[in-house]
Amino acid sequence: MQYNFDWKLVLSGEYLQWIIDGVVVTCQISALSLVLAMAIGTLIAVMRLSAVRPLVWFSAGFTEFFRNTPLLVQIFFWYFGSDAVLPAAVNQWLYKQNFEFAAGVIALAVYTAAFIAEEIRSGIFSIPRTQLEASRACGLTFLQAMRYVVLPQAFRIIVPPLISQALNLFKNSSLCMTIGVMELTYMARQIESYTFHGFEAFTVSTLIYLTISLLVSFSITQYNKYFLRTIKY
Amino acid sequence: MAMIEFHDVHKWYGEFHVLKGITQKVEKGEVLVICGPSGSGKSSFIRCLNRLEPIQKGQILLEGKSIHDKSVDVNELRTEVGIVFQQFNLYPHLSVLQNVTLAPTKVRKMPKAKAESIAMELLERVGIHDQARKYPVELSGGQQQRVAIARALAMQPKVMLFDEPTSALDPEMINEVLNAMKDLARAGMTMLCVTHEMGFAREVADRVVFMDGGKVIEEAPPDVFFSNPQHERTQAFLREIL
Repeated sequence: MQYNFDWKLVLSGEYLQWIIDGVVVTCQISALSLVLAMAIGTLIAVMRLSAVRPLVWFSAGFTEFFRNTPLLVQIFFWYFGSDAVLPAAVNQWLYKQNFEFAAGVIALAVYTAAFIAEEIRSGIFSIPRTQLEASRACGLTFLQAMRYVVLPQAFRIIVPPLISQALNLFKNSSLCMTIGVMELTYMARQIESYTFHGFEAFTVSTLIYLTISLLVSFSITQYNKYFLRTIKY
Repeated sequence: MAMIEFHDVHKWYGEFHVLKGITQKVEKGEVLVICGPSGSGKSSFIRCLNRLEPIQKGQILLEGKSIHDKSVDVNELRTEVGIVFQQFNLYPHLSVLQNVTLAPTKVRKMPKAKAESIAMELLERVGIHDQARKYPVELSGGQQQRVAIARALAMQPKVMLFDEPTSALDPEMINEVLNAMKDLARAGMTMLCVTHEMGFAREVADRVVFMDGGKVIEEAPPDVFFSNPQHERTQAFLREIL
């Protein structure tokens, strides 16, 4: 039996529209999760370095828990389990929104935050302690010293591993198809079941993932080269 | 009332007894030079004053008030006691101007324009206002240390601490930093300087303090200190460095 390639079918009309819709959702879910993951990750990293014991324990527990369980399990957990974990009012609100999307964002953000927190922590360790000392000596509080002196330097140094985390998140977003988020992989799969042209659909989606990843990676690297030029001790 | 008073100050790093009962008075406008062999506790002595180092026993008063009093806000205290470090410790990701304006704008909530005009005056005072837009990495060591002096002065401190400010510099850059410090001394700043620059001590110090083994061994006005040191260890130390 011969397979008839039909690229035109996938790249025109309704199916092309599906792919475009899928790309949009993939980018939305990735961008939103990344912003949240960076915020949560920074918070967890700073908590872990604070002098307050309960905060240190909480952040260490957070990191180890979410780093060491499969993402797919976590996605199902938030999707099926949010009823039990989140307050009723929050759940009511979520059901009125796009619930699958929200569960996916929470799962991706929390999972990635655990990794990002570790990157940020090692970034902070790489900044000489004298930077913290010098800023505290001018009267800045611990949080001000972190915000204006230590973190801006730490972030620039950890951009390469952060890019890896961002790209992982972008690719991991495809797992959200399992809970019905209509992102790129979901759409490719749908085209396959409507047309039986799965090979074309998945080839196209693969190329889209690859292109976006490479573009993001390249542009952040260029941007960072410009900023790192002044950092020497 | 003295500007600064140390009463029987003791400090330990774990088991190591680094300050063994320091009692000193520094008057307003006085310039104190602290010297001694490495490990004698000179740096610890001055770093206690802005609470960069905790002490375990004794009392330190700034303008008559204990700096360890519960009512003292440590961040407020640090704005009154500026410090210049051996390794400059400028913020590498900020321009020279931003290095100087960071604390005034964030701690004092000063408007940016005002902070910048004050910063430019200070940079002019230490002779590097034409480098304000550059980054620390683009400056020489001597220039960086002068920026660090301007940065500390930006908070209008009552006291300035210098922790071996010229030890990390190439010889030809030492004088530009010392000159900035001399100007400051002549302008009436209260200064505690850990330094081995004896020319500086002779010229502007009101008193030289010699430390060894966590104690003050000898103290005297510079002419007496250099011409007629009393203690044997001071004599040996001066023979080494002069």
